[in-house]
Amino acid sequence: MKKTLAILVGLVVTAPVLAEEAVNIYSFRQPFLIQPILDDFTAQTGIKTNVVFAKKGLIERLKREGKHSQADLVLTSNFSDLIQLEDLALTQAINSEAVNANVPVSFRDADGQWIALTKRVRNVYSSKERVGALPHLSYEELALPKYKGKICTRSGKHPYNLGLVASMIAHHGEAQTKSWLEGVKANLVRKPQGNDRAQVKAVKEGLCDLALGNSYYFGKMIEDPEQKPWADAVHINFPNQDNRGSHINVSGVVMTKYAKNPENALKLIEYMTDNKAQNMYASVNMEYPVKPGVELSSLVASWGSFKEDSLPLDEISKYRPLALKLIDEVKFDL
Amino acid sequence: MRFKFSLSRWQFFAWVIGIVLITPLCFLLFESLQGDSEVFSHLWDTVLWDYTRNTLLLILGVGAVSCLIALPLGWLTAYCDFPGRRQFEWALMLPLAMPTYIIAYVYTDLFDYAGPVQITLRNWFDWQSPSDYWFFDIRTLPGAIMMIALVLYPYLYLIFKTALREQSFKLVQASQLMGLSPRQSFYKVSLPLARGAIVAGLALISMEAMADFATVNYFAVSTLTTAVYDTWLGYYSLTAAAKISAIMLLILFLALAMERYSRRNQAVFERQSGVNSETLYNLTGKSAWLATGFCCAVLFFAFALPVAVLIGYAVSYAEQAWNSAFFLYAWQSFKIAMIVSAITIVLSLFVVFYQRIAKQAYPLIPGRLASTGYALPGTVLAIAVLLPLSLFDDKLNTWLEPMGFSPGLLLSGTLFAIIFAYVVRFYAIAHGAVEASFMRISPSLDMASQSMGKSQGQTLRKVHIPLLRRGILTAALLVFIECMKELPAALLLRPFNFETLATHVFQYVSDEQLELASISALAIVVVGLVPLYFVNRSMEQRS
Amino acid sequence: MSSLVLENLSYQYNGTAVIEGLDLTVAKDEIVCLLGASGCGKTTTLKAIAGLITAQQGKVFIDAKLISDEQRFLAPEHRNIGMMFQDYALFPHLTVADNIAFGLTKMSKAQKQQRVNEMLELVHLVGCAERFPHQLSGGQQQRVAIARALAYNPSLLLLDEPFSNIDTQVRFELIADIRRIIKNQQVSAVFVTHSKEEAFAFADTLAIMDCGKIVQQGTPEQLFNTPNSKVVAEFLGQGIYLDAEALTATEYTTAFGRVESLLAQSHAKHVGQLYVRPHHLELMPLQPQSSPANTVTILNRRFVGSHFVYKVIIAGQEIDVAAQLGQSFLVNDDVTIRITPHTVNFFAE
Repeated sequence: MKKTLAILVGLVVTAPVLAEEAVNIYSFRQPFLIQPILDDFTAQTGIKTNVVFAKKGLIERLKREGKHSQADLVLTSNFSDLIQLEDLALTQAINSEAVNANVPVSFRDADGQWIALTKRVRNVYSSKERVGALPHLSYEELALPKYKGKICTRSGKHPYNLGLVASMIAHHGEAQTKSWLEGVKANLVRKPQGNDRAQVKAVKEGLCDLALGNSYYFGKMIEDPEQKPWADAVHINFPNQDNRGSHINVSGVVMTKYAKNPENALKLIEYMTDNKAQNMYASVNMEYPVKPGVELSSLVASWGSFKEDSLPLDEISKYRPLALKLIDEVKFDL
Repeated sequence: MRFKFSLSRWQFFAWVIGIVLITPLCFLLFESLQGDSEVFSHLWDTVLWDYTRNTLLLILGVGAVSCLIALPLGWLTAYCDFPGRRQFEWALMLPLAMPTYIIAYVYTDLFDYAGPVQITLRNWFDWQSPSDYWFFDIRTLPGAIMMIALVLYPYLYLIFKTALREQSFKLVQASQLMGLSPRQSFYKVSLPLARGAIVAGLALISMEAMADFATVNYFAVSTLTTAVYDTWLGYYSLTAAAKISAIMLLILFLALAMERYSRRNQAVFERQSGVNSETLYNLTGKSAWLATGFCCAVLFFAFALPVAVLIGYAVSYAEQAWNSAFFLYAWQSFKIAMIVSAITIVLSLFVVFYQRIAKQAYPLIPGRLASTGYALPGTVLAIAVLLPLSLFDDKLNTWLEPMGFSPGLLLSGTLFAIIFAYVVRFYAIAHGAVEASFMRISPSLDMASQSMGKSQGQTLRKVHIPLLRRGILTAALLVFIECMKELPAALLLRPFNFETLATHVFQYVSDEQLELASISALAIVVVGLVPLYFVNRSMEQRS
Repeated sequence: MSSLVLENLSYQYNGTAVIEGLDLTVAKDEIVCLLGASGCGKTTTLKAIAGLITAQQGKVFIDAKLISDEQRFLAPEHRNIGMMFQDYALFPHLTVADNIAFGLTKMSKAQKQQRVNEMLELVHLVGCAERFPHQLSGGQQQRVAIARALAYNPSLLLLDEPFSNIDTQVRFELIADIRRIIKNQQVSAVFVTHSKEEAFAFADTLAIMDCGKIVQQGTPEQLFNTPNSKVVAEFLGQGIYLDAEALTATEYTTAFGRVESLLAQSHAKHVGQLYVRPHHLELMPLQPQSSPANTVTILNRRFVGSHFVYKVIIAGQEIDVAAQLGQSFLVNDDVTIRITPHTVNFFAE
């Protein structure tokens, strides 16, 4: 009985042995998206990577673990998490010549508290068959009555949509954004649901003509034989090319305040911002690399160049809580 | 004197268990008192009512649909003889092994506008757009209710069937002789007599439905659980999130307390010590076909169809879905589930035994305290567990560091956190099942054993536990299967590089690509079936 | 007119015959007792009458109406039968009043209320209407059960060992009470028991069952005095068998010498056995002319209130016998035994 108990306790409280040379990562991004990059990093440096992936609550976990946390890095899939981590003082400054050289100023925090790794555009997909390309479309037009019953989107509370709404507030103020949201909601053919792929599928099936979605989903779908027909049925549009440019979101990384392996963590960040990893992000995940001059995947390149909204991310991030409030107020998801 | 001492020892254990298991919730409630009512009042002004209405409708709907499925099934298998009854009796438990997020995914894929069913219909009838025809929308509240009820009904079915088996057949026969048709005796005798059992089953189901996030989120139905997540992850206010959780718990407890109060005068004693092995009605002809057909239909929609779809995915995506670490994941899932089942059973035995022998006031309180965790949404529970554990780790380190030790995150950074969270969450299931079978043991057996010089501990070991075997097995099985399926707590609390089948599947489900994890999804179901098979076999041998 | 008629009723369970060609008639307002050892098929017969099981063969008539044969089967709920179960089967979730009102249909609320009150009065339970069954004593529960079974005026009342859970102290009072209630309500009844004392006290006629058949049916004294078989004789009272030969209609020779029958019987010249009950045996002080055959030794003695009974062995069979008036013996005394003249029970070989 006692022996069993001892074994049980041993089984339970022994943490998996972490290799000497390692980086421990909390990741909001699915491991299969980043694994090739991490594997290559390990092959090059001999530094092992350990990952915990979750979609929710990792920031809270980090906060509660405090200075004993084993996490060295947090990988996020949108900029609000980056800024939240900074606001909660869970990060430390990254001072690296290499990183600063790789990442333009607008895509990293002034003190290096966070670094963006890739960019993604909030695109509008349109049905090739029923609408065609819309080179002059703006986000604002999505609220026009002519699109009544023609628009699909995922939940308004998803970080990608929240980011877009926050940027609308930054540009137009609260009142105007609220009426814009009401207009878009009135145009929805169905209650917001599914992810960005599902919206493309809905356009293909004729449920709607326009759908909001991120750029890299489109690229991934073209590569999937099952999903290629869906992607083939839509045209990818970059909104607001005539004025401020398309809304950009980023994935990024922070080094935790109490990182136990800061040197290794820094090596990984440097690696991730450098050509090879940036290239992999571009070619495997169909994202836009943050490092200027890194070649896009040929598919992404075929969509052409476009103008980005140049408003700084922390400027947009300020309006995120307000964006969520407005979405509740207009009952966007209900 | 010795008697006194031993009783207070049981009392001590029971209260310790109750208090330890309620600790995370206390921390959470404490968090909710930390001011910051702005977010809450904003929700109050905007969407909270819609969320509350959706939550209530969800619980009522899932409860009603579960009743519609489980009560007839329980009655048929307990009282009637019809072709296939023996097989259906256990097969109808199978859907329990199916995680809700998987069944929701599979059905959405099938019945969505862009899914194969609607596409086929459009091709057949040459419909062009959604305005040409009507088709039910699966991503709605009724859709979510159906999905959740399809996998949760076995709780009610199991408890109700057992209750019917243990009711004396003579009560039904007596009512028949007094002119009641089988249908009337069902409503007037079997149902009211099994009311306690039905409520217990519905309580489990509604707690689970209330805590569900994955399915309602996937179906774009906003409930109070959505509000909990929004406030926490959107408004970054754990305080408001804790407040909403507290309100949800309050609603549930009020409902249960009201039900208990309404039957305070009834004491339903089971005279019958054994279990009816024969059946009451022999169905023939049309009614036999109807019974068999109904069982088949439920099994088909709740189990066979989703499994078939998963197998379909697995075949067409075999290459991507196969993962070399797959056996490791299965083993980790299995290990955790076994440990948690064992712990919850032992704890519930302690607490329920204390309830039985207690002569002090409020013997039921430790059990109630310990069972509360079940109604908390998984991620919220995970955070609630993290609060005391990380505090403990922090204090421990502060205390040990001057002596040169640095144990790090001894509790919150290891499997202990996951196991503790699971025990907090699933204790209620074990407690319910063990309590129910304890009540069937006549108190005179306790007296007999004690009069023969056995201590209470010996009585528990030598008299109760052998008699409880069936109940314990059922409890362990239910906890095991729930552990196999449980996702949010594992996701958030796991150590580095630790994957279970569920977390592995979630990676892909979260990207709406279940196809790529279909083999693991099937494995969750299959590993859940293994104990189901053994428990069923040992029950058969017994009777 | 007969209230219940069973004709050639047969029932098999898992290939074993439980009832085999059973015939039974219950007259109007008569209480018939099915008496037999456990496992002889009594309760099964009751269930077949109630329709709780389906007999494979035979006919059941209630009030001359055919309710069950090989082709037809009237569901139990349409038979209008009252039944009292061994454990009473009172609904634990209903009050006494609701239990009694349970079988009342097609009645207004007020009528039901009135009927419940009548029944409560009949069974002396006025004031218990709102109690739950578990708050009553065993005897009270039993009276609720009978009130419930009679409340809807059934054409036939079935009672399945209703007194077996009752304390012996009060059992016979209750039996008398329930008998009064049934007679008062003028209903035919079939009553199942394995206790002859209950049967004697409760029934108008007895039907002795053995191996799924009725062996003999008649009044208690008929069956006791003139059993048609050893089964019946043994069942209704202790006794010993003596090998005997009938010399004439009233004279038999045994190892004890001659035994006289008070009533002429038709066994003359037959060889067989006499069944002798203890009250036809008598112990007296050892007589000088006593042969070894009728000299016995007292094995033990037992005081039964007014006198002693003595255990002795006769023809290899143990039996409890009383002594002649005014006599008293000690253990190990040798005494003479004698058979008093009576209406003998002779079973020819």
